[in-house]
Amino acid sequence: MTDAPIIPDFGDDDEDRKISFVCSKGTLDMAYPALIMASGALELGIETHIFFTFWGMDMINKKTMGNLKFTPVGNTSMPVPAAMAPLPGMTTFATHKMKKQMEDLDIPDIPTFLEHLQDMGCHLWACKMSVDMFDLTEDQMFDGLDGVLNVGEFMEIIEGAQTMFI
Amino acid sequence: MPVTTIGGQEVHVDDEGFLTEYDEWTEDLARELATNIGIADLNDDHWKVITFLRSDFKDQGETATLRRVSAVGGIPTKSLFQLFPKKPARKMSYVSGLPKPAGCI
Repeated sequence: MTDAPIIPDFGDDDEDRKISFVCSKGTLDMAYPALIMASGALELGIETHIFFTFWGMDMINKKTMGNLKFTPVGNTSMPVPAAMAPLPGMTTFATHKMKKQMEDLDIPDIPTFLEHLQDMGCHLWACKMSVDMFDLTEDQMFDGLDGVLNVGEFMEIIEGAQTMFI
Repeated sequence: MPVTTIGGQEVHVDDEGFLTEYDEWTEDLARELATNIGIADLNDDHWKVITFLRSDFKDQGETATLRRVSAVGGIPTKSLFQLFPKKPARKMSYVSGLPKPAGCI
C-alpha cells in the first residue's frame, strides 16, 4: 500500500511532439504500415501529417485507393519461388490473401482507414508535383485531404517533426 | 501488484495506475478516476463509452480500440477525442477500469 494514489501520467503537457509520414508507394503492403503507425501516433495525441507523393498518390486517388495490390514479384519475404511470382493470378491471389489477413485483424480497407485517421485529426496532404504529373483534379482525390502542397510548404509545416519516408 | 486508495477504496492497479481487477470497478470509482486525470464531470456520452467498453471487455477479454468503439460501439472517433482529450484510448480505458487496448488501431 502506497500513500499517494497511483495515477497514470498521460503527458498532457507535452505539446511539442509532431510526426510526419511521406507515402511514396502505392502497393497494399507499403500503404498499411504508415497508416497504422499514424493511427498509433494520433491515439497518443501526437500531431500527425501524411504527405502523399509519387506512387503514394494511388492511396488517395479515388480510382485506385480501394483497389491497391500486393505483389510477390521481387519480394524476398514471400514464400513463393521467384520464377513463380510473376505468373498470372499470383498478384490477385497475394492481394486477396493480405486483404483477408487485415480483415481478420479488424483493420479497415484503405479508404475507410483514411476516414478514420481524418476523424482522429490527421493532416493529409497531396504532393503538388505528383498531382501535376498524374494530372489529378481535386474531385478525383480523397475528400478528406487538407490540401495540395509543394515540397517547400510541406517542409515548413513539418518543422521539428520526426519524419518517416515509406 | 500495487494496491492504491482511490476515493477511499483500496484497489489493485498496475505500475502505471490502471485497475487490474475488473470487479473492483464501480461507477463511483469511475468518477474518481476521471477526476484524477482532469475530467471533472462524466456526462451521458462518457457513460455510453464506458458502458460499451466494460461490456465489450467482458465478451472479448480485451479492451476495445478506438476503431472498435466507433465501428462496433457506434460512437464516432471524433467525439472520443472530445470526451477523452488527446489520448482517448488510454483515458477511456483508465476511467473504465480496464487495461490499455492491446490492438494497434
